[in-house]
Amino acid sequence: MIGGFLKNLFKNKVMLLMVLPGTLWFLFFAYLPMLGTIIAFKQYRYSRDGFLASIVQSKWVGFDNFKFLFSTNDAYVITRNTLLYNVAFITLGLILSVILAVVLSEIANKKLAKVYQTGMFLPYFLSWVVVGYFAFSFLSMDRGMLNQITGWFGMDPIQWYSDPKYWPYFLVLIFLWKAVGYNSVVYLAAIMGIDRSLYEAAMIDGASKWQQIRSITIPMLKPIITIMTLLAIGKIFYADFGLFYQVPRDSGTLYSVTNVIDTYVYRGLKTTGEIGMSTAAGLYQSVVGFVLVMTSNYIVRKVDKDSALF
Amino acid sequence: MSKRNPKEKDIHRLRGSWNVVFNLIAGIFAFLCVFPFLFVVIISFTDEGALARDGYKLIPSQWSLEGYRYVFQNGEALLNSYFVTISVTVVGTLISLFITALYAYAISRKSFKYRNFFAFLAFFTMLFNGGLVPTYIVVTQLLGLKDTFWALVLPLALNAFYIMILRTFYTTSVPDALIEAGKIDGAGEFRIFLKVVLPLSLPGLATIGLFSTLGYWNDWFNALLYIDNPNLVPLQSMLMRIETSMQFILQNSQNSSLSLGAMQNMPQDTARMAMVVIATGPIIFAYPFFQRYFIQGLTIGAVKE
Repeated sequence: MIGGFLKNLFKNKVMLLMVLPGTLWFLFFAYLPMLGTIIAFKQYRYSRDGFLASIVQSKWVGFDNFKFLFSTNDAYVITRNTLLYNVAFITLGLILSVILAVVLSEIANKKLAKVYQTGMFLPYFLSWVVVGYFAFSFLSMDRGMLNQITGWFGMDPIQWYSDPKYWPYFLVLIFLWKAVGYNSVVYLAAIMGIDRSLYEAAMIDGASKWQQIRSITIPMLKPIITIMTLLAIGKIFYADFGLFYQVPRDSGTLYSVTNVIDTYVYRGLKTTGEIGMSTAAGLYQSVVGFVLVMTSNYIVRKVDKDSALF
Repeated sequence: MSKRNPKEKDIHRLRGSWNVVFNLIAGIFAFLCVFPFLFVVIISFTDEGALARDGYKLIPSQWSLEGYRYVFQNGEALLNSYFVTISVTVVGTLISLFITALYAYAISRKSFKYRNFFAFLAFFTMLFNGGLVPTYIVVTQLLGLKDTFWALVLPLALNAFYIMILRTFYTTSVPDALIEAGKIDGAGEFRIFLKVVLPLSLPGLATIGLFSTLGYWNDWFNALLYIDNPNLVPLQSMLMRIETSMQFILQNSQNSSLSLGAMQNMPQDTARMAMVVIATGPIIFAYPFFQRYFIQGLTIGAVKE
């Protein structure tokens, strides 16, 4: 039995050698951190004897970190923000990307369509730091373009970076600006893959362009829309750290509308030093996220097996 | 696809008015996507005094190269950051390609007995992760990478998603028969991989390589977490820290021999925006040429297993 196993290992030695670097990486950067989530149940103290000693020697506190986390208002705020923003991102992002993909696919001049697409793709290539600067050129209190425009209507300049009520709109707009162009690429590729003879048959039957879009393009996009939405729902508990940290310039007065799970965990680690609570929040995110992917995939499998992820 | 005759093509077309509307929708959105970058370029070429007077304007009352002159004259930090970013990007992309190509190939081969186990090992990391804090502790305390070059390289070196993309690429574009033929000719697995598989999967490797390059070039998060040493600060991270560092220069020059007038003339805003332009410029100029690889990656990525 063991002999057989060793023989198999030897027979696969080249392949095993090939997966070795990747396996080491997964071990250190994915699986050890998973084991490290045990810190969430401990009062973490750094020990000079090294990593393992720190974890083993820290005091076991059970669910205390979670109790503290959920007794604060923070837990509610970060969960609400993460979920609501993502719901807005997923629905508006889907609608806009599909519309843009259909629009691009119908434009007669293909060269021009390519130029538009290149333009829409640009934000995808920029870091959130750079996007943060872009936002600042519009939202700066004394120099920004937005206050100049509101000035034309006789309004007083607004301190955008310290007034939370505008930020839900800003963040959704900026997210859509960055994501829609490249998401539409996926749908556009799917549209290009639709059998042209379907459209020809529809035209012979006298279907208008609008009817063709509604009865051929959209139904044919359904599987890919399902997969993309499923992927997004699986990540609904994860927020884009850069968007919520860089773009509002880490402004404290905006935390009520910009603090999400990811920024909370980061600040717990780097600013406030609440390692235990921060790990607890991270584990809460991972576990709920995992449950969400599995459930949404399960539901899709029930409805339409071919659209499921796994 | 068969060639259509011209008559058919005509009914395929949208009616003129709709075509105009569709062009407008796509055109306006594309313009909005590019506009903020143009605006920042304009600001970077504006005279600092004009900025103080009128704010950021689309057509400034006075143009100036002062921001760029300032950046290039006081450019050691910028040059150093450029060097850090380029080294991290090159080294990181090569390592990432090496690991990903091997791993994806092994799990794409049916003859590999443990392929399902290793495929799952990769796939599971897309579903569940330990979160930021344990990762941070492993990287800093177990691996001891804090304030090292490798803290910028290794955390981004592998991504299960890239492995899945590349595996799909191998299985669709490298025929099994070719690999079998290589085996009959007596070539070993490594030799087949190098001589047969790699040349055929160059477009796939290019896709992964470009995603990786972009990821490294735009990364600031790892620097935010792990880097305090000013000599190891990459470009994006420098842009983040520039606010405080400009104030630092100002404070320091108060102690030095610089006159008060020279300090007030320091083009703060324009210099900052000039740095943004200098840091993004290479990407903006390069991406239209590489766009198709990204499109390919995104569309392969959206195809499930």
